[in-house]
Amino acid sequence: MKTEYKIIVDLIEEKTRVLDVGCDDGTLMESLKKNKNVDARGIEISKDKVQTCVSKGLTVIEGNAELDLKQFPNDSFDYVVLGQTLQAFVNPEIVIKELLRVGKKAIITIPNFGHWKVRLNLLIKGTMPITESLPNDWYNTPNIHMCTIKDFVKFSKIINFKIFKSLALTNKNISNINNSNLFYKNLFAELGIFLIEK
Amino acid sequence: MNIKENIKTLVIKKPLKLDCGKTINNFPLAYETYGSLNKNKDNAILVFHALTGDQFVTGINPVTKKDGWWSYAVGPNKSIDTNKYFVICANVIGGCMGSFGPSHKNPDTNKIFGTDFPVITINDMVNAQVNLLDHFEIKKLFSVVGGSMGGMQVLQFISNYPDKASTVVPIACTSSHSAQNIAFNELGRQAIASDHNWSNGKYLSNNTLPDKGLSVARMAAHITYLSKKGLQEKFGRKLQERDALKFGFDADFQIESYLRYQGSVFVDRFDANSYLYITRAMDYFDLVKQFDGNLSNAFKKTKAKFFVISFTSDWLYPTQENKDIVIALNAIGADVGFVEIKSDKGHDSFLLDVPDFLKTLKNFLDKSYIER
Repeated sequence: MKTEYKIIVDLIEEKTRVLDVGCDDGTLMESLKKNKNVDARGIEISKDKVQTCVSKGLTVIEGNAELDLKQFPNDSFDYVVLGQTLQAFVNPEIVIKELLRVGKKAIITIPNFGHWKVRLNLLIKGTMPITESLPNDWYNTPNIHMCTIKDFVKFSKIINFKIFKSLALTNKNISNINNSNLFYKNLFAELGIFLIEK
Repeated sequence: MNIKENIKTLVIKKPLKLDCGKTINNFPLAYETYGSLNKNKDNAILVFHALTGDQFVTGINPVTKKDGWWSYAVGPNKSIDTNKYFVICANVIGGCMGSFGPSHKNPDTNKIFGTDFPVITINDMVNAQVNLLDHFEIKKLFSVVGGSMGGMQVLQFISNYPDKASTVVPIACTSSHSAQNIAFNELGRQAIASDHNWSNGKYLSNNTLPDKGLSVARMAAHITYLSKKGLQEKFGRKLQERDALKFGFDADFQIESYLRYQGSVFVDRFDANSYLYITRAMDYFDLVKQFDGNLSNAFKKTKAKFFVISFTSDWLYPTQENKDIVIALNAIGADVGFVEIKSDKGHDSFLLDVPDFLKTLKNFLDKSYIER
């Protein structure tokens, strides 16, 4: 399993209710059910992936986070997970607010656009960066709102949510992000993982 | 048609108070079963049929001699695996395959009911069928499954009997019959009523049959079960056994011939008055209204696991209407999964060979059965 998923599983308390937004093939949900005994639900936009989830016995609805979070009442989940898709939404602010309305807490992971390879790529080639985690060209990427770890931290102050825990993933190593190391983490982390609250 | 033999019937002695206010008792409910009930009696699936279906879900229908209406989905190793599950299906009351309906004799007058048969509802249908559980001494069904009007019965069943099923699978249906669907049903009913032979519903006593009217009703309805794309691909403007247009009103086009055929075979197996009664029951179905405008309340008492399925090209019971059920369930934190299956086969997709649908239905049931 991806290190990212292991970190998310660790962040989540046992026997809670979790909504995985963009649950993909259900790998994370399965692990949460198995290791943390959670009541896991998923939303997934791809029909094929919903069908894969169903074949694993997972409760998943086909849908789009921007349209379908509406149907859940306030605080219906202990955690809402959004893995590496915030940058794909038309309005990330509304999505974060919806995540924190539906869930008491949210876990958001973001591919870090501040990573040195991305910066170097743009600096040297002068074209939009293409890396392992961001493999698309500018014209066909679903990622229309890329941000850096630093941007996300700034965003929390702008739209007013609390970051409870922030973790950086660098070469499968996990470390804490704090004010004093933000510059370095923003340069070296591939992924930022944030546990946030209203 | 002689349907008496080959039909299993449960006579329901317990009085059933219908929504119309009348009470019926000692009435027959025709049913069929497939597979076998296990020792714990926890492998039973109650399948509900749609408007023109019957209890003969799979195998050869002994009355029509054709494949059962859900042969693609039900049978050994199929989506609803009869090696594993005990499948029960009853003909709805108001129907014409042995259950109490307008072609039966009124015991009070000894005359055929016709339109004197009480108007029945989806609620009445499921309240009649729940008696099958007592008959087989089943405390809780593993699942209730149905498409179209069968899906409406699924929703009504779990609302009326929240503890009587572990899983609930409404397919291509709605919680409240739309104006468009009422309109199509009315078109069918008017086609029947305008056939002179219908004789205000007394045709069986007069030894006539409103074949023309019923067949037009079926032709109109059949169009609504398909999709524009499906029709275009299958028929296009292809001509029927001719090289050129004949400048007349015979069936020049294959689609015309196809619809005429569908109409003509339908009248051999279906009763016109039953068509009126069952379409009426569909039109009256409004689970939202039954719960004062809040569909969520219909499902508040159940802990069952739901799985809702719709089809991309179904314009009769479109995805949004199926999704309204999902939304109502999510609003109360119910366990609900949902998928819209891609298919060009329109509303009929659930009855046809649509591999993604069949596979998904099987996966849901089999996984839920293991985890029950």
